[in-house]
Amino acid sequence: MIRKLILGFILALGVSAPSWAMGVFACEPEWAALAQEIGGDKVTTYTATTALQDPHQIQARPSLIAKARSASVVVCTGAELEIGWLPAILNQAANKKIVPGAPGYFEASRYVVLLEKPGQVDRSQGDIHSLGNPHVQSDPRNMLPIGKAMAERFAQIDPANAAYYRARYAAFAVKWNAALVRWQARAAPLRGQPIAVQHKTWIYLESWLGLKRVVALEPKAGVPASSGYLAQVLAVLGKTPVKMVIRSAYEDGRSSEFIAQRAHIPAVVLPYTIGGTPGAKDLYSLYDDTLTRLLGVLK
Amino acid sequence: MSRAAAGLPLFAAVAVLSAAALPAQAAEPSDTVAIRAEIAAMKADYEARIAALEARVAAAEAARGDSPEETAAGAAPQADSAEMAENSDLEAESEPVTPVANPNAMNPGIAVVLNGNYFSSTRDPSIARMPGFEMAAETGSPPRGFSLAESEVTLMANVDPYMSAALTVAFDGEGAAEVEEAFIQSTSMPGGLTLKGGRFFSGVGYLNERHAHNWMFIDMPLPYRAFMGGQYGDDGVQVRWLAPTEFFLELGGEAFRGEGFPAGGAANRGVGTWTAFVHTGADISDSSSWMAGASWIQADADGRETEDPLLGLDLFSGKTELGILTGVYKWAPGGNGTQRSFTATGEYFFGNESGDFNGVPVDVDRTGWYLQAAYKYRQRWTAGLRYSRIDTDNPGALLVGSTLDSLGVDAWSASALLEYDSSEFGRFRLQYTRDESDLRPSDQFWFQYTVIYGPHVAHRY
Repeated sequence: MIRKLILGFILALGVSAPSWAMGVFACEPEWAALAQEIGGDKVTTYTATTALQDPHQIQARPSLIAKARSASVVVCTGAELEIGWLPAILNQAANKKIVPGAPGYFEASRYVVLLEKPGQVDRSQGDIHSLGNPHVQSDPRNMLPIGKAMAERFAQIDPANAAYYRARYAAFAVKWNAALVRWQARAAPLRGQPIAVQHKTWIYLESWLGLKRVVALEPKAGVPASSGYLAQVLAVLGKTPVKMVIRSAYEDGRSSEFIAQRAHIPAVVLPYTIGGTPGAKDLYSLYDDTLTRLLGVLK
Repeated sequence: MSRAAAGLPLFAAVAVLSAAALPAQAAEPSDTVAIRAEIAAMKADYEARIAALEARVAAAEAARGDSPEETAAGAAPQADSAEMAENSDLEAESEPVTPVANPNAMNPGIAVVLNGNYFSSTRDPSIARMPGFEMAAETGSPPRGFSLAESEVTLMANVDPYMSAALTVAFDGEGAAEVEEAFIQSTSMPGGLTLKGGRFFSGVGYLNERHAHNWMFIDMPLPYRAFMGGQYGDDGVQVRWLAPTEFFLELGGEAFRGEGFPAGGAANRGVGTWTAFVHTGADISDSSSWMAGASWIQADADGRETEDPLLGLDLFSGKTELGILTGVYKWAPGGNGTQRSFTATGEYFFGNESGDFNGVPVDVDRTGWYLQAAYKYRQRWTAGLRYSRIDTDNPGALLVGSTLDSLGVDAWSASALLEYDSSEFGRFRLQYTRDESDLRPSDQFWFQYTVIYGPHVAHRY
């Protein structure tokens, strides 16, 4: 019996022996997809969360610790988005390659200009992010500086394949620029449209498409709306009508459905990241589907 | 709008460039491919910079609030000082900034935990006992009425590239300070190893390592109170090894001074306690996951003193052995616990205490277990249930009527909990307990607030 156990243990160790591909631990699906674009067949990616999970609130599960143990690089949003769970995972994973400050610790939000940086930080303002709004993936233009930095980082970690990563990035940039032009043209009718948002997730989307946020349904970050607050929101919408109220796939829809019904506007669920809607299957269709859903309600 | 006007020609130019580049791509020597890759990289770089600039322009425009929509938004209830403050940031950015050394830049993170109680019990908590079990300090209930529970201050930081450190000082209601934890921990050991040294809570069991503000219920279940003195912490060293397996497998061991209960008197020249533990766990689906563990403690006592509220001081020298089996299950719909989630925890304790109790030889076997579950049924609201019990052998004729005599009490307790969280940092709990661990059963109502302020601390599983 004991011999069998030991044998099983050794086999389990053997199966997971470091393979030749660089292990990428991606906190969110969009970074797993970008890492795959840059890393091609030289990387294997693992995605820690799904689009239906709130990336602020994830359990530091044993499975995540085991995956972080064997990763060569973690690719996360940063800007305090994962502050409630990633440090616990890194603390237990005992993997010096991926601790903050090591080359294997990559925060996407460091390579773009963060918006909504609070000047004064105090939790009376709700659970705010002191470094700025972390939801940078909602503007596809951000994928270029982040992808470039990621390619450089992969090249630093795995110098043997440095040229490969840089070439993959260059090819990605060409394809992505073409897609940006296509999206920009498609999105022209959205420019200047007033919208309401459930949580202030969408500042980068707003800046990309020129959407005007009139109101947010959360009085403060992470604080659910009371009925009194929603009445105030309705009063604002009475004076300044909006075209739609948007939320991400992982958010509970009650407050935006309530507002949509009372204000007679459509409530739009955006994928937020890959897998958030059936149409958002990869990095490209994520933005295709986002635009389709936004344009759908303008008709 | 001006941004759009400025942005469009740029995009048009890029579009023309890419359009010109694309059709020529058919059959070409590899050096041209390389050159084109370089050009594309440059182009992407420019694109990135333009995106960054556009974002800045957008931010600056929003800051000026020059469009009517923005003014309307300003009147909306969402208008927050954060966005206003952003302006001054951006304006300041256009001025040349002289970097000034910030003397606070290397300050440690400071987290403060405050707790307050209201406690009512049909039995006077100051004479409450658990017949058959020694009661270590801090095992009992708070006094009746209003009281301040321990206030904790934690200072934590990375020391250098190789280790981190944390100090937790707990102040009791009277202001007496106690070093609860003070340890250093390695951050860059190879091979999945983590070393820890100093004073810290042992990694055995599931609840033991958690600070009180992270417990599901306000107090510890009976087995922890009877066997671990509430929570076993001591001075020592710990090594943990995370196996490089696909599934989670963690092994650990500790050596302690042997000052804290169930050890005592720093036996064996100051190495009185040894522990070993193993943890494993995995996901069942996107929605649910589990963890299981087994722990072993051997604690030697050399003149350990405990005080029984009625019988006075007891002296024990000998050996305590204790095994703990742990199971944890967590569920949330799709793994999204924002609205609803469920957690169940159960542990089984089995052990033996043998040696010399007040000069009388003793050898008693003991067991205990608890099962607790909490269901978050809507955002901010959680309800929980807990049952726990402990059993001990008869200590023999010579110890009849002593602290170790259970007096025939079949010790169990059951609790119900209602929790309201004002945020992740504020928690209000109401707990009812039916306690039958003493000769006379009691009913207890317990209200507690807990707030934590300072940096956002990540939660363990």
